[in-house]
Amino acid sequence: MFFPISGAHISPIYLVIVGFLVGILGGFFGVGGSFIAGPALRLVGLDWNFAVGTDLAHIVGKSVVAAKRHRALGNVDLRLGLIMAIGTIAGAEAGAQLIQMLKRAGNVNLIVSIVAIVVYLSISAFMLWESQKTLRSQKRRSSKEKVKGAIAKRDKSAFGPATRAIQRLKIWPMIALPTSGVKAISLWMILLVAFVGGVFGGFLGGGAGYIRMPSMVYVLGIPTHLAVGTDLFEIIISASYGTLTHAIKGNVDILIALVMHTGAAIGAQIGAISTQYFAGPKIRLAFVPLPLIGAAIVIYTLFTGHKL
Amino acid sequence: MKQGTARTLRAFAIELGIYALLVTGYFFLVLHLLGGWLYGLEVHHRYTYASVAILLIIGQAVVLESVTTLLLRLIRGRSE
Repeated sequence: MFFPISGAHISPIYLVIVGFLVGILGGFFGVGGSFIAGPALRLVGLDWNFAVGTDLAHIVGKSVVAAKRHRALGNVDLRLGLIMAIGTIAGAEAGAQLIQMLKRAGNVNLIVSIVAIVVYLSISAFMLWESQKTLRSQKRRSSKEKVKGAIAKRDKSAFGPATRAIQRLKIWPMIALPTSGVKAISLWMILLVAFVGGVFGGFLGGGAGYIRMPSMVYVLGIPTHLAVGTDLFEIIISASYGTLTHAIKGNVDILIALVMHTGAAIGAQIGAISTQYFAGPKIRLAFVPLPLIGAAIVIYTLFTGHKL
Repeated sequence: MKQGTARTLRAFAIELGIYALLVTGYFFLVLHLLGGWLYGLEVHHRYTYASVAILLIIGQAVVLESVTTLLLRLIRGRSE
């Protein structure tokens, strides 16, 4: 099927399936799924600038559904989400400007592909190391500390000492996040995490949940379930801004996004409901292969230049 | 437990069927009716296009979510 805005020929069934899979991932892991959706759009011949902008638009719709589900489950820290949205928007604009610079220089596809591969591989490696270490240490503890089913909101992380050191940094103003169980943390740390996530989002596409969700857990010390829900809430605001700025720059094919979202809407609901049945470290361990799949697709398109 | 799982699976199957219908409807509505108009907006009125794009995707999300939630409630209500 021909999509006139981007000038691409893509099967709508392919788009619905990609949307559905990315929707499940988004609802379950609290990420936009751009590490799959971006490369999947690239695989069928969309330029990176269109893949980035269009993916952001589809993420807005998907996150509305998933965040609503997580809010009902009590997994959204509104205060944290609103603060993070400010940092993310600033970062997303910086990332979009970088894309524009590369577009003008004529090497956007090569540079973004290389950065994407490095980022996706690094995230997978780090989360594999951390979640395995956490699960091993949990096994060693007494059985009374084991988490059970839907009540597993409290979270352990092998990165805990570093997280506590970050929370001890007294850089004014300090704020409390009672919903997330954080007594005091510097506002600047939250904004920094959000800004970095925003830069990646604007540059590589999506809501950058693949970097912000782990950062919320490991750097800010937010429990995984709350990080998932809050990240989705925050993505609605930041991805909306990202869609606007990319659409103005001519990087959004909304027709592709609308078709993808029809699949993503149902997938996001399934993913959000599924989080109730898994403990935090297991969610993080299950996350590990996903960026690797994205990296594999980018490597394939980069070296072969093939399209589906 | 098994009865609950069967009910959930049935509800999801119905929801998937409804979605398939909506998706088919959307292909006609979005791609054939809105396609030309959106393309024109994207070429000539970029700022309007950006705003319309956001409204369309959020509107679609809200409508799809509301419709399926309502239908699921009806389906579960009847089966209980």
